[in-house]
Amino acid sequence: MENWSLISLCVLLGLTSRWTVSFHSYSGAGKQPVFGDYEAQRHWQEVTYNLPVHEWYFNTTNNALNYWGLDYPHLTAYHSLACAYVAKLLNPEWVELHASRVYESHSHKLFMRVTVLFTDILIYIPAVLLYCFYFCDGSSKQKVATALCILLYPGLILIDYGHFQYNSVSLGLALWGILGLGLGWDLFGSLAFTLALNYKQMELYHSLPFFCYLLGKCIKQGLTGRGFFHLAKISLTVLVTFALCWMPFLSDPKQRLQVLHRLFPIGRGLFEDKVANTWCSLNCIPSYHVCEKHLIITEVCLVINEIPLIAIWFLLASTFSMLPLLVKDGLLLPYVVTSLAFLFLSLYLLSALERSTEEELRLGLDRKLTQHWLPKLNLSRIIKWKFWFSLVAMAALSFMSVWLEPPAKLPDLFPVLVSVLSFLHFLGFVTYFNLVQLMEPQRKKSQKKTN
Amino acid sequence: TVMAAPMTNDQSCFFAQALGVSFLKCLLINAYHSTDFEVHRNWLALTHSLPVPQWYYEAMSEWTLDYPPLFAWFEYGLSHIAWFFDKEMLVVQNLNYASPATILFQRLSVIVADVVFFYAVKECCKCLREDKGKDLLGKPSFILTVLLLWNFGLLIVDHIHFQYNGFLFGVLLLSIARHFQNRHFEGALLFSVLFNLKHIYLYIAPAYGIYLLRCFCFTQSNAEVSGFSVVRLVTLGTIVLSTFAVSFGPFIGQLPQVLSRLFPFKRGLCHAYWAPNIWALYNIADKAFSILGVKFKLLDINKLPKASMTGGLVQEFQHSVLPSVSPLATLVCTLLSILPALFRIWHRPNGARGFLCCLVICALGSFMFGWHVHEKAILMAILPLSLLAVESREEARIFLILSITGHYSLFPLLFTTQELPIKIFLMLLFTIFSLISLKTLFRKGGALLNPLEATYLLGLIPLELICEFVYPLTVWQKTFPFLPLMLTSVYCALGVTYAFIRLYISLLTCSDSTKKIKTQ
Repeated sequence: MENWSLISLCVLLGLTSRWTVSFHSYSGAGKQPVFGDYEAQRHWQEVTYNLPVHEWYFNTTNNALNYWGLDYPHLTAYHSLACAYVAKLLNPEWVELHASRVYESHSHKLFMRVTVLFTDILIYIPAVLLYCFYFCDGSSKQKVATALCILLYPGLILIDYGHFQYNSVSLGLALWGILGLGLGWDLFGSLAFTLALNYKQMELYHSLPFFCYLLGKCIKQGLTGRGFFHLAKISLTVLVTFALCWMPFLSDPKQRLQVLHRLFPIGRGLFEDKVANTWCSLNCIPSYHVCEKHLIITEVCLVINEIPLIAIWFLLASTFSMLPLLVKDGLLLPYVVTSLAFLFLSLYLLSALERSTEEELRLGLDRKLTQHWLPKLNLSRIIKWKFWFSLVAMAALSFMSVWLEPPAKLPDLFPVLVSVLSFLHFLGFVTYFNLVQLMEPQRKKSQKKTN
Repeated sequence: TVMAAPMTNDQSCFFAQALGVSFLKCLLINAYHSTDFEVHRNWLALTHSLPVPQWYYEAMSEWTLDYPPLFAWFEYGLSHIAWFFDKEMLVVQNLNYASPATILFQRLSVIVADVVFFYAVKECCKCLREDKGKDLLGKPSFILTVLLLWNFGLLIVDHIHFQYNGFLFGVLLLSIARHFQNRHFEGALLFSVLFNLKHIYLYIAPAYGIYLLRCFCFTQSNAEVSGFSVVRLVTLGTIVLSTFAVSFGPFIGQLPQVLSRLFPFKRGLCHAYWAPNIWALYNIADKAFSILGVKFKLLDINKLPKASMTGGLVQEFQHSVLPSVSPLATLVCTLLSILPALFRIWHRPNGARGFLCCLVICALGSFMFGWHVHEKAILMAILPLSLLAVESREEARIFLILSITGHYSLFPLLFTTQELPIKIFLMLLFTIFSLISLKTLFRKGGALLNPLEATYLLGLIPLELICEFVYPLTVWQKTFPFLPLMLTSVYCALGVTYAFIRLYISLLTCSDSTKKIKTQ
């Protein structure tokens, strides 16, 4: 079968699964008085359309910040504005200032879902396809299989098309950034990543590796010659992009401060929504609030072809970590179906269980270290057993969360257990990825990056 | 590993596909469902709550039991499982009851019943000729598996609109597979069971009758008729009759009532949405003549029936110029259309392959000329044709035209905006796969579709854009709301008619000696 037909089949399957998930409920559906992220996004369309730019991030009579105030950077605001223009054409009631609050209707839901699908098709999906074709090894069938698995990642689908968010935009832009760097188009990569950062401030997590890589590349080229010139070009690109995004807000220093205050709310509580993160479990480390919906999955998705078993495991665990949120949103059915579908299809398409020898798991060096003390140790088999055991644990806890009543004294027992289990998984993965990264031979690393 | 791989490779691929499509079906649980959902809920309720003698008399709901008794028993069996999901759905008085548990149960019952279909597909793949060691994606068995498991029509009719066709077609395909495998008694039994599950399969009963009589009862399969086996005939008869006895036995006293429910005299040559058959073309010709007649003052506009221009609003379409068509006329036309095929397999039987071709022609002929045909009936022709499509170039081309046109004609079934992306994505998925895989399979010998056929199929894209996107924004949407439906029917009717003619030509001109039938 020709490449283009395989790719279109893969994309169509990805789009179908996305749209079918969108049939289900969204966050805060019908839940007075606060509702949820869906209402927040609708509200931002209302605010950006009706109010002048300098009022977007400020607390005014027309824009009460305690009711879903804008707390993402400007690109989100501009995106909401664009959607609002379309909304106005279709039905002005959807963005009527004040009057459209908590507007809920079937046609409005369709409109909102379509906006997510539109940006997904425009930004995220092409990035995934290009990544798979330029950076993955293997035959074209394997590349398409990899693309399909990435597109079927349940976490992103459930959050974007279920709960309701636009993560595909920021993740897609970040992915374009990585693509740019990988293809040697540093300026394009910097531009894309800066845009991603201006869409969601969470991308700051990715900014350090970006920065280090680019700086390292420039240093290699010699800081007094080409390297310096290159660094200047990149810096200029980044600064200009920032300037363009922040342009309406640059005139007034109060504006700049207010925006930063909204983006990094130090005032908010530590445990928003009983999240699955380090802080909940450790309970004592002071730190900034971490939004539970931030998914540090881009890199893991990208290595799905190289270390399929671990990547699949991580992606499933990340989806599982969102279980309490998904159950609250009425997304249990799509959660179960998409997780199972992702598990079986990616295990099958990527032959994950067959490709889990010690070399393939990149544990060759660790094996050499432990061979001296534990000669009979079969790391590969241990990891597979752990994988199955973890799946059973996740399934059991999912089942219990939904069907069993928690004891009266511990009403939040199950969300906390989910958090703890997820944290243990993440700890394990962080350890594993660090180990692999440290042990990875130098030559392989540079080969991947300059591909 | 190379030696062990091919067997498990195929099996694991089949399993992955079955699982994949099942997951997709699960995601469609919350999609739109039609009144057929309430129909089946009502049947669950009445078979569960009422004693057997009352099943065919119950009329509290407008959706009375109009399938044969075996299906009623099937619903009865399901109702016991339904009891654990939501007891309220089994109360007959709870009309239009659709709690989340009810929806979940009903949808899951269709998904689980499809296991029969999966088994049948697997058996059909065994009936194909040997693969010549091609890679997985190019194998006829792989292509057939996808064409059947991911069939667009089945997915949207069963898992969105709501019906149990997957299960029923599973029984049909299994019966066909058994005939291919020379297990004729099982095939006959399966068909009798199928007929007692849904009597619409009467359409293809002649093919079964003639084939079994000619190829099985007459024990020689070449042109000469010799050696009639009375034993086989009697055994077949016993199998069929006993199936009927088991099915209709409990209702023997109320046979007229049951038959009146099974064969209601429905008003109207065509359904509200015209199935893309000959009568759609007949209707449009009638309309064209009446418009021309009025224009050229050959007809008096006052004498024309009222609803002629807003056609589709009323069930009974009255013809103004051409003669009206009665149910008897349609029966005669149907019989005339399938007789040549039946004669053909009587005189020059081509084994199981000829039987299958004749079966498709019977299904298609009944679709083309039948009374009050539903557009969903096109699946009865498309699904069995898939088996022929992966083996013969000519049938592959007919399959492409029939399936793409037939599937497109199912679009009006899903008229909600929410389902619009789904039907487009799934249609594209199936169409792209069938076009590319069949083209690759038969790449030797030039293009599979000639330019005219390709243009016709491409014409579906502007048709869809006009009917679904452009027309609703025009002023005519209010005055002539059924115009897009009419356009769809007529356009598709052209393709279906063309496929019918070509299929006939293929059957009547094929030479039987060169085809080797794979038997086990």
